[in-house]
Amino acid sequence: MQAVASFKRWLFRLYGPEVAPIILTQRRVYVLPTRAGLAFATALGLMLIGAINYNLSLGYALIFLLAGLGLVTLLHTFRNLVQIEISPGRIEPVFAGDIAHFGLRLHNRRKQGRFAINLNFAGGDAVSVDLAPETTTSINLPLQAKRRGWMRPGRVTLETRYPLCLVRAWSYVEPDMRCLVYPRPEVSPPPLPLSATGETGGARSGKGTEDFSGLRTHQPADSPRHVAWKAVAREQPMLTKQFTGASATQVWLDWNELPTGLGTEARLARLTRWLLDAHAQGLAYGLSLPGRKIPLGHGARQLQDCLEALALHGD
Amino acid sequence: MATKRESPTLARSQELWLLISALLTLIPDVEHVPAWLTTAVAVAIAWRVSIWWRRAALPPRWLLSVLVAAGSAGVFLTYRHFFGKDPGIALLILFLALKLLEMRQVRDGLAVIFLCYFLLLTHFLNAQGLDIAGLSLAALVVITAALASLGHAAQPVVAHLRLSALMLAQAAPFMLVLFLLFPRVQGPLWGMPADAYSGMSGLSDNMSPGSISNLSLSGEIAFRVRFDGEVPPKYLLYWRGPVLRLFDGRTWRSGAQMEKVSPPDTATGETVRYAVTIEPHNKHWLFALEMPVAPPTGAIVSREYQVLSKTPVRSRLRYEMQSRPDSLPGMDESEASLRNNLNLPANNPRTRALAEQWQHEAGDPEATIRRMLDHFRKENYFYTLTPPLLGENSIDQFMFETRRGFCEHYASAFVFAMRAAGIPARVVTGYQGGERNPVDGYLIVRQSDAHAWAEVWLESKGWVRVDPTAAVAPNRIEAGLASAVPAGEPLPFLVRSDLSWLRQLRFRWEAVTNTWNQWVLGYDPVRQREVLARLGMREPDWKAMTAAMAVLCGLLLLGLTVWALHKRVRTDPTVRDWNNLSRKLSRIGLARQDWEGPADYAQRVALARPELSGPLRAITELYIDLRYGKLSGKMPRQKLREMIAELKIAKV
Repeated sequence: MQAVASFKRWLFRLYGPEVAPIILTQRRVYVLPTRAGLAFATALGLMLIGAINYNLSLGYALIFLLAGLGLVTLLHTFRNLVQIEISPGRIEPVFAGDIAHFGLRLHNRRKQGRFAINLNFAGGDAVSVDLAPETTTSINLPLQAKRRGWMRPGRVTLETRYPLCLVRAWSYVEPDMRCLVYPRPEVSPPPLPLSATGETGGARSGKGTEDFSGLRTHQPADSPRHVAWKAVAREQPMLTKQFTGASATQVWLDWNELPTGLGTEARLARLTRWLLDAHAQGLAYGLSLPGRKIPLGHGARQLQDCLEALALHGD
Repeated sequence: MATKRESPTLARSQELWLLISALLTLIPDVEHVPAWLTTAVAVAIAWRVSIWWRRAALPPRWLLSVLVAAGSAGVFLTYRHFFGKDPGIALLILFLALKLLEMRQVRDGLAVIFLCYFLLLTHFLNAQGLDIAGLSLAALVVITAALASLGHAAQPVVAHLRLSALMLAQAAPFMLVLFLLFPRVQGPLWGMPADAYSGMSGLSDNMSPGSISNLSLSGEIAFRVRFDGEVPPKYLLYWRGPVLRLFDGRTWRSGAQMEKVSPPDTATGETVRYAVTIEPHNKHWLFALEMPVAPPTGAIVSREYQVLSKTPVRSRLRYEMQSRPDSLPGMDESEASLRNNLNLPANNPRTRALAEQWQHEAGDPEATIRRMLDHFRKENYFYTLTPPLLGENSIDQFMFETRRGFCEHYASAFVFAMRAAGIPARVVTGYQGGERNPVDGYLIVRQSDAHAWAEVWLESKGWVRVDPTAAVAPNRIEAGLASAVPAGEPLPFLVRSDLSWLRQLRFRWEAVTNTWNQWVLGYDPVRQREVLARLGMREPDWKAMTAAMAVLCGLLLLGLTVWALHKRVRTDPTVRDWNNLSRKLSRIGLARQDWEGPADYAQRVALARPELSGPLRAITELYIDLRYGKLSGKMPRQKLREMIAELKIAKV
């Protein structure tokens, strides 16, 4: 297995992340006939035998034209892929278990369009895209995030069978991309440990319009209850209502306060869930991990910092 | 690496492409398959089109299985077997029609496409003319466009067609190279089924009243001749075919043929050299001017001076011949052979009596011959394509009652009378005359030129040709059939002499067809060697051909690769003008750096040369607006160019 993998690395020139923009030079685009292409070749062979047997001169001409078509297809398919420029685009953090979307920008320098190009990560769903002439097209390539931490998606396979499905051209690229994967929030956690802080009497639930303090842009982790649906109905961007009522309070999320029987990942899962809840309720919160302490705060930035700390815990 | 994936479902546009491809492919087959199959296929396609139109569901699989079984049974009942050309084509057509009815996924579409390609090939079993070639090319473009639509459905119809035409045009050079250099093998690779050569017309090895006049109704081409020098005069153009010496009172037949061992010519004389391209007739004989000197390769000359191919002529064949019109053949004829040419059945008593009387009165054979020809000339005989039917004693009936006949009647009566008079004689069939095509210089001989004449043996001269038709209708020999038969006879349309513009058109078309036949259809192993030797290949064996083929294909592929990698990056004219500005300023050491934006650049230049700052700011603002802003159009671009051109830079 090791030998096969290293042979493949050598054959396809896979030497780890590459510097953008990655240009698909002719040396890294591979072509082979597809199953349909092999069937086509077999059909031509049979036709050739028929033409020889019945001395069909015009039959020879037809078969040779079709054989030429096969060779031309090879070049057309190759041409459809070669010289595409690829650079990484936007990548949003996700929670473990969710689908991460890796933005890729594909630049087509040519005056002709390129069609039906499929891209996928190993184990990810394929995205099919057409590239208009002399433009850059952005796509999002999905891959399931399995574990928290920095996720490297590995190599992207670009392949195309355009125009005649007889030939497959493909190439591997490994753009320098990584996606931050937050721990997966625990599904049914104990309530927020408000009393554990010891500083205040407890949190009020964020319900009630009298405590409405304003709107901010929606984050994926926000509770749907706090989405400003009226604004959405007016076709404005998704906003989240924020509440900072008089009794808004603080919560201190401490690794060491968790039950001792809990393993590392379980602790991280619970802390993640609590962070999200605290954020959704508009509380001020801080996070204490072994070797890392994030002071009290609130807002999107605070949430991001805390989640990142959880994601990278132990790295 | 190749992950198995579910084949995508066909889009409606793809289905339509496939239906049109199948229809185009099947149309030329209509005249060659049994009527029930045509009907069944038409119904199947109409059904499929209606399903497409109504967006209905396809028929269930079991129903299709039943239809496949029923159709195959129908093919078997029609042909009594499954092997061979016709049942094979019928089955392919059936499968294509039924595949259309279970066409769901792209994979099925590919199967339909491949079947269409295959069926295109089978068209050539029936005809390989320019017309079918053109039709097939059109079908090929559409089928390939359908294949392209399978690769990418969401493109307009025109784009698929254009792509298909482009790809086929790029494939054409490969076709040319492969066609020229692919080492040809003379088929067949295996024994041909009996039905492979049905439907070929031409002379047969027997002759009864009416057989040649029937053949004369066809304007089809029998063979074409290219002479090395001048075309000999028409009265010498006797193309010798089957020689008939056995007679039963009604039908003349040829006897067993023996190869002539001794040299066939007995006299010196001018030798005529020519090449004949004969249409397939599924018989052994080849046609040559009287008398053939030496056989072409793969053929013999028989003792009766017939040129016989060792295999039946089943495809168009080209052979080189030499003939000597003035030779005296058969001086060495044996007694036994001469006796064979005197045998007569015991019928037609009146003709026999008349001939014996002539022989008695005239005394020597040549006078007897003259007497007979005079009889034809002076008595009330008619030359006609539509002679009355004759009964048992056909010669007596013709000589004394009807007196209307075509060449076979005259030849038959003449040979009968000569044998009755004790002169060895036999019937020779073949073609007489031909028409020179002024466009390419080929002599075209048609079925309507079929003819029968006589040969008599004289002690001093050997076998001498006597054409009794010439006595009745001299025009037949001098000017051809059209001028010899009375007006109103059912001549083949194209043989008529009165439509000169049509003849011109026909000459042109036939010259094109001939070129096609000679160079495309007639490109066999022999021709291939000839052509390659002429192109300078020293030893055109299969190794050299394969090597040349590989090299040329490689070069073509290389050319295509260059095309595929060719980057045509067109610079925006605005950017070009901006670069011109930088070039201009580089003369005073102020070229733009790669990392410098327009505003920064302008600022740097203005600092260095304050006197330029005014015009430079205007230029930069216009450039930024054109390149990054909303400004566009010809006028501002023109203005930018002018401003840059007018910028005066003084050297310090």
